[in-house]
Amino acid sequence: MNTLAFYVHIPYCVRRCGYCDFNTYTPSELAISSDLSATSRSYIDLLIREIEFACETSTATTVPTIFFGGGTPTLMESEDLGRVISAIGSHFDIAQNAEITTEANPDTVTKEKLAALREAGFNRISFGMQSAVEHVLKSLDRTHNPENVFKATAWAREVGFEEVSVDLIYGTAGESIDDWEQTIDTALSLPISHISAYALIVENGTKLGAQVKRGEVIMPDDDQTADKYLLADEKFSAAGFNWYELSNWSKPGSESRHNMAYWNGDNWWGAGAGAHSHIDGRRFWNVKHPAAYAQKVTENKNPMHEQEILTAQEQRSEEIMLQIRLVTGIARASLSESEASSLVEFVEAGHLQVEAWEAGRVILSQTGRLIADRIVRQILL
Amino acid sequence: MPAIPLAKAPQPSQTDPAQIRNFCIIAHIDHGKSTLADRMLGITEVVEQRNMRAQYLDRMDIERERGITIKSQAVRLPWRSGIDGQEYILNMIDTPGHVDFTYEVSRSLAACEGAVLLVDCAQGIEAQTLANLYLAMENNLTIIPVLNKIDLPAAQPEKFAEELAKLIGCEPEDCLRVSGKTGMGVTELLDQIVAQIPAPVGDANAPTRALIFDSVYDTYRGVVTYVRVKDGHLSTRDQIQMFSTGVRHEMLEVGVISPEPVVSKGLGVGEVGYVITGVKDVRQSRVGDTITTYNNPTKVALAGYKDPRPMVFSGLFPIDGADFPLLREALDKLQLNDAALVYEPESSAALGFGFRCGFLGLLHMEIVRERLERESNLTLISTAPNVVYTVTTGDGTVLTVTNPSEYPEGKIEKVEEPIVRSTVLAPSEYIGTIMELCQERRGTLLGMDYLSEDRVEIRYTLPLAEIVFDFFDQLKSRTKGYASLDYEPIGEAEGDLVKVDILLQGEKVDAFSAIVHKDKAYAYGTMMTGKLRELIPRQQFEIPIQAAIGGRIIARESIRAIRKDVLAKCYGGDISRKRKLLEKQKEGKKRMKMVGRVEVPQEAFVAALTTDADIDKAKAKAKERE
Repeated sequence: MNTLAFYVHIPYCVRRCGYCDFNTYTPSELAISSDLSATSRSYIDLLIREIEFACETSTATTVPTIFFGGGTPTLMESEDLGRVISAIGSHFDIAQNAEITTEANPDTVTKEKLAALREAGFNRISFGMQSAVEHVLKSLDRTHNPENVFKATAWAREVGFEEVSVDLIYGTAGESIDDWEQTIDTALSLPISHISAYALIVENGTKLGAQVKRGEVIMPDDDQTADKYLLADEKFSAAGFNWYELSNWSKPGSESRHNMAYWNGDNWWGAGAGAHSHIDGRRFWNVKHPAAYAQKVTENKNPMHEQEILTAQEQRSEEIMLQIRLVTGIARASLSESEASSLVEFVEAGHLQVEAWEAGRVILSQTGRLIADRIVRQILL
Repeated sequence: MPAIPLAKAPQPSQTDPAQIRNFCIIAHIDHGKSTLADRMLGITEVVEQRNMRAQYLDRMDIERERGITIKSQAVRLPWRSGIDGQEYILNMIDTPGHVDFTYEVSRSLAACEGAVLLVDCAQGIEAQTLANLYLAMENNLTIIPVLNKIDLPAAQPEKFAEELAKLIGCEPEDCLRVSGKTGMGVTELLDQIVAQIPAPVGDANAPTRALIFDSVYDTYRGVVTYVRVKDGHLSTRDQIQMFSTGVRHEMLEVGVISPEPVVSKGLGVGEVGYVITGVKDVRQSRVGDTITTYNNPTKVALAGYKDPRPMVFSGLFPIDGADFPLLREALDKLQLNDAALVYEPESSAALGFGFRCGFLGLLHMEIVRERLERESNLTLISTAPNVVYTVTTGDGTVLTVTNPSEYPEGKIEKVEEPIVRSTVLAPSEYIGTIMELCQERRGTLLGMDYLSEDRVEIRYTLPLAEIVFDFFDQLKSRTKGYASLDYEPIGEAEGDLVKVDILLQGEKVDAFSAIVHKDKAYAYGTMMTGKLRELIPRQQFEIPIQAAIGGRIIARESIRAIRKDVLAKCYGGDISRKRKLLEKQKEGKKRMKMVGRVEVPQEAFVAALTTDADIDKAKAKAKERE
């Protein structure tokens, strides 16, 4: 079946968090005075035009998943988000069992808002919980009251979301192991089916990056962050959440199908400012700034900024790089003899699962997941 | 008018020895020798005003930039004495100013009858100048003491005149006072050179004997050999012969430098000039050798010829392994002009292919490295310098060790190391500090003398190895830059020495092995293991770093295994970014050296071999260039 997944990027936030390097803009960055509603309404119109363009370009017929990310998609009116889904539906067949996700800020949703989202066609929701500990949230520039997450996830179930996920971040400055355990326990007490847990990455060009460079913020050492990963994996597994990708755990059958599309090298279209797409070994991405994006789309021009056509070797590198992060791993047979033999030391050290190795698959063990990039380098460099 | 037009001056090969004065200038770096030489060129009008440039005689960029003379030169200056009104020819022979080149200095001195002792009268005499002064006195040269820079506000001519008088045994008022900068006193100095320095003496009818005091490779002309004729005559019609080798050469050109080359028919007794024979390598025309004629050769060589003997050895490796052939070419080229430089290929497990090089001393080493990097655009890494050891093993075999990797395993009967006699001149307030440093470095006090009320000369014997290891930097920093140092080899002595190896995961890293005194082995071991622990990135297994003497571990560190090496997120836009990062890391991997299973970044080797003093020097250099 010829499929095309959709990612829809909403590049707006009320304020920017110190660690965030995503393509998102606040009212002050856009130099607009009031709220974002008018801006966002017109942005939706642009997205719908880009989807028409995607339809002209792609030969796909079926859309298995749609994912709204940002930024803060829930800053948009739910019916506006619904207009985007309808636009996709009018050009493609949205599969019967399609997974349609939006990210949401647990602070700004109400039960009514969630109901409206459900109404608009969403069936999966991912809350940016980050932490259950106030001082950790503060160091991330997040303002929400940890209580809000309880309410938001409960409401989501009540209005009919079958799949509810939370995003967690660990390894912030000042976060203790106990703090992290509290976050894990809190998350596990929520009515959810999926957890993403990310070790904080200090990105250049962010406020946090500058603070670290100036020595104002001292990041915890990697060994402690490794301990936190192990703790999370233990507790999540014990509670019935199994890892299926390095930073993702779910109840059986609740894996994010949209994200799996990225890792399996499927085709997807990213609509919106700065969004990335992948079609048959070609990666391309749109101009980043909403104003530049608006100008291109309004003038009926392709909003694409750049593209790269992957060589066979590059495609293979990506495949190994992405699929080794999955619980299914990669086939040993897909490696050359010397690549495979260079991995023996990792098998011996317990970083690759011994039984799987003997059965012909390369699958990371718990400690192996923590050094996945090193193992990829061992294979590819 | 004291200057004489060149054409009217006495011509080479026809100048009466009585009209000739051969002299050199002995001075420390910075004491204004080049400026004084410039001024002499101007006053004698051999260089026209409009062609004058600063440090006219310094040929290499590196000489001009560092303000030091590496190679000597000789300039013929016609001069009419203001005292007797007669015409004279002054040959100014420039001498290198550094301890590493003592032998070359001694040959330059042997070509002269007198020396101008030039001292900056704001600073006083320095240790190296003192050493060269003693050398000149041993050669029975007439010394003319001169205080330079008397125009400076900080000048203390009275104080330093007294110091000089005490050293040479003259009266303070005998010291001439000049300013190379303003020209003040230079005319008088030229007249005094004529009046005080004896004319050369030689037998014009004896078999020819000419002393080689310098030998320079020129890309277009081949080797240009600077000579001083002692007896007989050199002319273009002659075939010449090198006394040490017996090799015969055609004479292609004879001339004098004034200060550009001027071809002449020949050179007579007492004259100084150059010869070109078509030889392509300075080793065939060695400093100190005697040139004679093939048809009527002398049986007695001029005294004092020595083969240059390298004292300090170090491995030089190109950072980029592909540059190895380029390094070989660069060394071959440099050797054409540097008879003291020796090298042979060396391969290091850690650093790849390079050369083990022998140098006269630390400055020589620095200059060679800098010239290689600058003239051939190479980036080099050098291993810690070491001296030459004589090792006697348990079974009585005697080995000469110039590289720690050649140090024998097993029972060692004894190890001998070179010893130098060193002289430190400094303000007397630093006596305590200097003695402390010398004691730390296994020194033995020989004696101490006051040069003046507040300046002192301290003499120690020290193992050369201790000087090679940052002694000079320490001396300078502990005396706020006031102390100066000179040393000369005086032989070998037995030392309680051991070889310390550094092991990564049990594998010896050859580049870090060092021969050190037993008492310092532990300090070296902890310093290196500690440094490497900081410099080598964590890997997927634990890496023990050990320092060992033979089989005995004396220091130990370990690099814990890495536990986290993964980026948590990998979604849409991250994918390209991550793949590109991987491609970039491929380049980084190429610069990794494998020591057993351990990946060591090239930078770690460089940093581990870099001393704090090197870093300071590099910083200072970078600042200068700004």
